[in-house]
Amino acid sequence: MSALGHTSQRRPNRLLAFLGRAFARPSFVIGFAIIACSILLALCPQVFAPYDPLAFDMTAIQQPPSLAHPFGTDNFGRDVLSRVIWAYRVDMQMALLATIFALTIGVTAGAFVGYYGGIADTIFGRCVDAIITFPFLVLVIAIVAVLGPGLVNMYIAITMVNWVYYARLTRAEIMTQKANDYAAAGRVLGFSDRRIIFRHLLPNAISPVIVYWMTDMALAILLGSSLGYLGLGAQPPAAEWGVLISEGRNFLLTAWWMSLMPGVAIVLTGLGFSLLGDALADLLRAKGR
Amino acid sequence: MPSLSYLVARLLQIIPTFLLVMVFIFLLVRMLPGDPAIAMAEAKATDAQVVQIRRNLGLDQPLPVQFMVFVKNTLSGDLGRSIMMKAPVSEVILSRLPTTIFLSLYAVALAVLLAGPLAFLAAMRANTTTDVVIRGVFQVGLSMPVFYIGLVLLTVLAAQLRWFPVGGYGTTFLGNLHHLMLPALSVALYTSAIIVRNLRASLIEVLDADYVQFARAKGLTPRIVMTRHVLRNALVSTVTLLGLSIGNLMSGTLVTETVFAIPGVGRLMLEAIFARDYPLIQGLTLTFAVMVSVVFLLTDVVQSLLDPRLRKS
Repeated sequence: MSALGHTSQRRPNRLLAFLGRAFARPSFVIGFAIIACSILLALCPQVFAPYDPLAFDMTAIQQPPSLAHPFGTDNFGRDVLSRVIWAYRVDMQMALLATIFALTIGVTAGAFVGYYGGIADTIFGRCVDAIITFPFLVLVIAIVAVLGPGLVNMYIAITMVNWVYYARLTRAEIMTQKANDYAAAGRVLGFSDRRIIFRHLLPNAISPVIVYWMTDMALAILLGSSLGYLGLGAQPPAAEWGVLISEGRNFLLTAWWMSLMPGVAIVLTGLGFSLLGDALADLLRAKGR
Repeated sequence: MPSLSYLVARLLQIIPTFLLVMVFIFLLVRMLPGDPAIAMAEAKATDAQVVQIRRNLGLDQPLPVQFMVFVKNTLSGDLGRSIMMKAPVSEVILSRLPTTIFLSLYAVALAVLLAGPLAFLAAMRANTTTDVVIRGVFQVGLSMPVFYIGLVLLTVLAAQLRWFPVGGYGTTFLGNLHHLMLPALSVALYTSAIIVRNLRASLIEVLDADYVQFARAKGLTPRIVMTRHVLRNALVSTVTLLGLSIGNLMSGTLVTETVFAIPGVGRLMLEAIFARDYPLIQGLTLTFAVMVSVVFLLTDVVQSLLDPRLRKS
């Protein structure tokens, strides 16, 4: 790793080379394909959904999966596949919004704490110890209980807990990077602390954070749909995978597809993010050597 | 045996952490928009009743005083009264706790039984079809939320094949094992996915380590190399992993209890949330935190028993 590694002229070549190596990996290609499709479905579900997700059809109530309705229909005759496709919008939004603020806050806090150390670091360490003493879900639903159920409050609750994990990761990376010569060189040249942290240390410390972010988006979907299922996340008229699964809960014996089919989308998207995360982890580790 | 000073130092570490845990839980209910007394009062409560609730909760005192009272009460086992159950919070929680602890231990046992041998198989045959299949299956398991695993098991094994009851709790030990099989398995499948992934990696590393090669080279039988050198190390990493995933396990138990209608503390937490029973929510959050820190502590102790190097620091 060289200190001058991120000068602007060399960047396009390195990016191309990196992408070349990435797309040579099957796990990256599959993960990328799944996530790209998921984003597409989230952006324009109306193009892909075969039926109106809200249209009742009393002539086709609880039909098992068939060619006309690959995922079957629900207790109002609504096409389950179309509802699952429309739910991509909410669930992909969850993957992004439940993680992005935690990432921003966590990385900033972790970078400062890791760079300055001292009392702030000690206080931070204690807070982390206390927060990880709560099971993640328990703390999140306790906060949701206070704020009230709903998507926005769910994002707030998850962010309040989740930033700690990003901060811990960034702090450790910054501590290692800070000991390098290039950081000392920056100080000798009289650069401000902020410039050293954000322009010099962070670009070198960010890759584990990005890898974790990928896995965390998978976790956010699992967590968000669990909260939806429990009735604390997205609220019923909205199509969200956890909500769809919970709507089918009472019909497991007569119409299992109502609950089990939406889960396919959760598994597939989760798999996409983890494959992408694993592939990136391997690629970045290989680069570091 | 780990030295006494190590244990004492480890125990003392818990104190500042727990003080902060108490601060969080204390502030949680104070975060309520508006007046908690009004939120806790019934809709038809008179002003006098609200004042009474406020006084009962000590909400007319300044915050630091309230906190000291909260800590004092909690340490003496007084967690307030549950609004929903009309009984002391500590009693309500204690009556539900054994079920959850039983379910969690059951899930851990299943997870280890499932993940241990398979991780071994995958590591011994690294990069063969066996390995790829095992990893693939558990990778899918890792992408399934616990409630969904539960519903799939419920549909296939309970509703269709009728091997297991749909929910509830048994009366005898064997009856419990039978009743709680599916909920425990739902949590275990997710937990074992985490174990397989990490245990396989650490086994491959150990199998390749110098001291294992040396043990083989000096002519020890593969059996002895396995039990004395490889397994012992694998045990350390499994214990660590189980300890670290206790939070996951507890979260999973909460969900699984809801799916299978099991009367444990997890389901109680959800009931408390929908009933807006804040003293109970507070008490339950504390209970979960206590359980996690006890497990963290046990993990550290077991780890230091298994790996003498860890005792020094």
